[in-house]
Amino acid sequence: MQLPLLTLIVFSPLAGAIILAMLPREPTVGLRRAAFVFSLVPLAFAGWMLERFQPGEADFQFVERARWIPQWGIEYRLGVDGVSLFLVLLTALLVPIVVLASWGDITRRVKEFLAFLLVLETGMLGAFLATDLFLFYVFWELMLVPMYFLIGVWGGARRVYAAVKFVLFTLLGSLLMLIAILYCAWRVQAESGSFAFGYDRFLAVPFTAREQLYLFTAFALAFAIKVPLFPLHTWLPDAHVEAPTGGSVILAGVLLKMGTYGFLRFAMPLFPTAAETLAPVVVALAVVGIVYGALVATVQPDLKKLVAYSSVSHLGFVMLGLFVFTETSAAGSVYQMLNHGLSTGALFLLVGMIYERRHTRLIADFGGLWSVIPVYASFFLVAMLASVGLPGLNGFIGEFLILLGAFGPRPWATAVATSGVVLAALYLLWMYQRVVFGPLTHLENAGLRDLSAREIAVLVPVLALCFVMGLYPAPFFRRMEPSINKMLARLRAPAVVAATPSAEAALHP
Amino acid sequence: MTAIDVAAFTGHWEVALPGVIVAATAMLVMAVDMIVRDPDADALPVLGIAGLAVAAAAAVWLWGESPIGDGFASTLRGDRYALFFTVLLCAGSALTILMSVDFLREHPLPRGEYFALVLLATTGMIFLAAANDLIVLFLALEIMSVAVYVLTGMLRAEPRSIEAALKYFLLGAFATGFLLYGIAFFYAAAGSTRLGVIAGAVAHDGARPFMILGLALVLVGFGFKVALAPFHVWTPDVYEGAPTAVTAFMAVGVKAAAFAAFARVVLAALGGIAVRWSGLLWILAVLTMSVGNLVAVSQRSVKRMLAYSSIAHAGYALIGLVVATPAGGAALVFYLAVYTFMTLGAFGVLLALGRRDEPGEGLADWAGVGFRHPVLGLSMVVFMLSLAGIPPTAGFAGKFYLFSAAVDAGYVGLAMIGVLNSLVSVYYYFGVLVQMYMVEGTRSLVPPGARPCLLATIVVAVLVTLLVGILPAGPMELAREAFASLH
Repeated sequence: MQLPLLTLIVFSPLAGAIILAMLPREPTVGLRRAAFVFSLVPLAFAGWMLERFQPGEADFQFVERARWIPQWGIEYRLGVDGVSLFLVLLTALLVPIVVLASWGDITRRVKEFLAFLLVLETGMLGAFLATDLFLFYVFWELMLVPMYFLIGVWGGARRVYAAVKFVLFTLLGSLLMLIAILYCAWRVQAESGSFAFGYDRFLAVPFTAREQLYLFTAFALAFAIKVPLFPLHTWLPDAHVEAPTGGSVILAGVLLKMGTYGFLRFAMPLFPTAAETLAPVVVALAVVGIVYGALVATVQPDLKKLVAYSSVSHLGFVMLGLFVFTETSAAGSVYQMLNHGLSTGALFLLVGMIYERRHTRLIADFGGLWSVIPVYASFFLVAMLASVGLPGLNGFIGEFLILLGAFGPRPWATAVATSGVVLAALYLLWMYQRVVFGPLTHLENAGLRDLSAREIAVLVPVLALCFVMGLYPAPFFRRMEPSINKMLARLRAPAVVAATPSAEAALHP
Repeated sequence: MTAIDVAAFTGHWEVALPGVIVAATAMLVMAVDMIVRDPDADALPVLGIAGLAVAAAAAVWLWGESPIGDGFASTLRGDRYALFFTVLLCAGSALTILMSVDFLREHPLPRGEYFALVLLATTGMIFLAAANDLIVLFLALEIMSVAVYVLTGMLRAEPRSIEAALKYFLLGAFATGFLLYGIAFFYAAAGSTRLGVIAGAVAHDGARPFMILGLALVLVGFGFKVALAPFHVWTPDVYEGAPTAVTAFMAVGVKAAAFAAFARVVLAALGGIAVRWSGLLWILAVLTMSVGNLVAVSQRSVKRMLAYSSIAHAGYALIGLVVATPAGGAALVFYLAVYTFMTLGAFGVLLALGRRDEPGEGLADWAGVGFRHPVLGLSMVVFMLSLAGIPPTAGFAGKFYLFSAAVDAGYVGLAMIGVLNSLVSVYYYFGVLVQMYMVEGTRSLVPPGARPCLLATIVVAVLVTLLVGILPAGPMELAREAFASLH
């Protein structure tokens, strides 16, 4: 019996949450320190997992299996492959950062906030690592409740509306997915004589084209709401704007990736024919989302809303990359998921920090910050440029690969999507200019404190990773590509395979 | 009509053992109450719970002995189906008694009568689940109902309690009339009130007009007892007016027992003409789910909301009966078990947050309660999530079982309607959480004194709800075995 590494990763935050719940309410510093330590535990385990992960291996590693509900063939099954590996690491990294970041803006009901955050982490890690669809569904729903509380209790003025909207949107999708999962399990039984919810068992079922269409739609709806794909994105600006900073970081950094991850892991390989049939629709929506998100972001007067809409645009790129079915753009998409998690996470953190100081997020209330808080402005610059996709930072590589791989199969969509890159430069640079450059227009801003040591500690790891991923992506791709290609092998036509270079080859010709 | 066979009456007396134990306990409670005369004595609830525990133990023993034959000229069955419900009903009643102890300490109610009536109602329920003859079924139903009518009106000083009792009694008597008429038609068609004989007549003659009439009338009678739409109209008023602990008892015990008998009659006697009722039940299930959920959304009183939610849950459970496969029936049994604990728990929290002078049933009264009473708050979170069907709670496992049975049997549309209803229900269940955690409140409804028994009830319900949610395999297997013994 090996050490159940993945179980430790998934459940150590939950254990932390339970211990936290039993600690006294005061002093809050003790609670914060404890939560920070608890959140480092899964990160340490995840780091160990990365260390022992075999690059070049496409299959699941560190697989754990145990019987759970034998009547239905439900198993407790965890496994990690190249697709989920870095998403797990991203999650494990962002949670301690959020704990640190919450030092400033969460001052009320600190214990509950931290406990919910840790429960949420268990849900997220479990959803990335589950390879039994029942288990996946349980973790998927487990994420919902703590996030609901994070938005609803610690959010802004319209928090209740935003929280309820978030829950209802998400549940609408996931409940239909539940029916689809049940149908799949029933098909497994029809094929093999016994129920099973294992991912590999679902893959083995030869679904008819018609079945695939329905099932794909049910899965896709759940994931598309989470991504969010245009026009299902309307919950996102509300949720982001109302959520506390930490909630926004987790939401943008990890929860949205849950949707794209779901497409890549489940919806696409399980129902390849339907994915191909519906690809034009998804690509069209993705491209519309890219342009729409960018345009709406441009005119936002509120910093947080601007970043929220930029997420719609960025996730559109990821969806485009997934649904052109080339290895290059799929790798770019997975990379872009990580990039977006880091750069948008950083932007939300920065917006939160300035909000703590000024209690406003309106762009018009700022201007000329460079002279007052230069350290903040520099960090903001890096995060903003990473989000723009400046070469040398991570965003560039993801977007470049997506567009490179997408151009062959879908030149027109790619051409329109490219305008999204230009627009991103427009709205982000313009925003930065209005906030940071120019004369100091508001006297209230003259007395702003610059970043504290804690805040710098929050931002440094995230932005350092933006540089690392922008300058040296090879180690990431080496671990990701075999798994991504294996999943894509179920999808694309053989002719396309040869036509596009692998991500590594594309970057290092 | 066959002559009375004495040997048939004396054989397999043990099938009646759990019910007899509970009935004897009821008598004992009344006798002790007269001797002790201490209004605060703990002897009565302890005695009641002990009696229920012994009855449940007897049922567990019989489960091990099964299959045992029918008793009392095969009017009572000792199959695992009956035994499963016996244990469940004993557990529900024991929790009801435990829940009521603190309530009775604060309200001037006759404790002896209260506990004795709960036990007598439980006796009726146990026989209801075991009845293999429509006359015995009717007797059991009336034993249960009369006791519950009285319990509903126990708060004699409160007009709404009296109103509820009267409403429940009048409408209940009316529905019983339907049931009796139905039984009469069955007797006319089959020449007997034994379920087995009716099944034989159905197999032999098919759906004759009298049989169909009987089916329709019995459906109305049971529809009233389990509160299926459109026979649910009494439920909100009665549930709201009755003392909260009695409401909980009605919502779980009466419903589970009536459902047990309903499913037995429909499947064991009328299984041969399933085509005649499955479409009808499909409509009733959809109607019940939708009406319960949609009306619950607009409720401003938690108690009333829970009443409508209990209607909706009857609709979900009915899916199992529509499907009527072994998996569907097992899902029904499992769901009723799960429903018992989560609903009892939710009513327990409702009771715990109220005071005699201020029941705290309005949704607005719950503002900010979650942070002020962390244990009650978190318990309510568990119950609301479970009722809404969110994992990892028992309610999710139950719904999953029901919906998977429906999908397996080809009822994908029904399962879809079920999940969409769950989505609607999330809105109002989460609405409670919104009040508890996201709205600031200042009032504290909880009285200064401790209520250990009530808290114990809630904790037990939380533990069961979570444990069954995380490890559903064991209870599911029991439900499967229970249902398998029906045939």
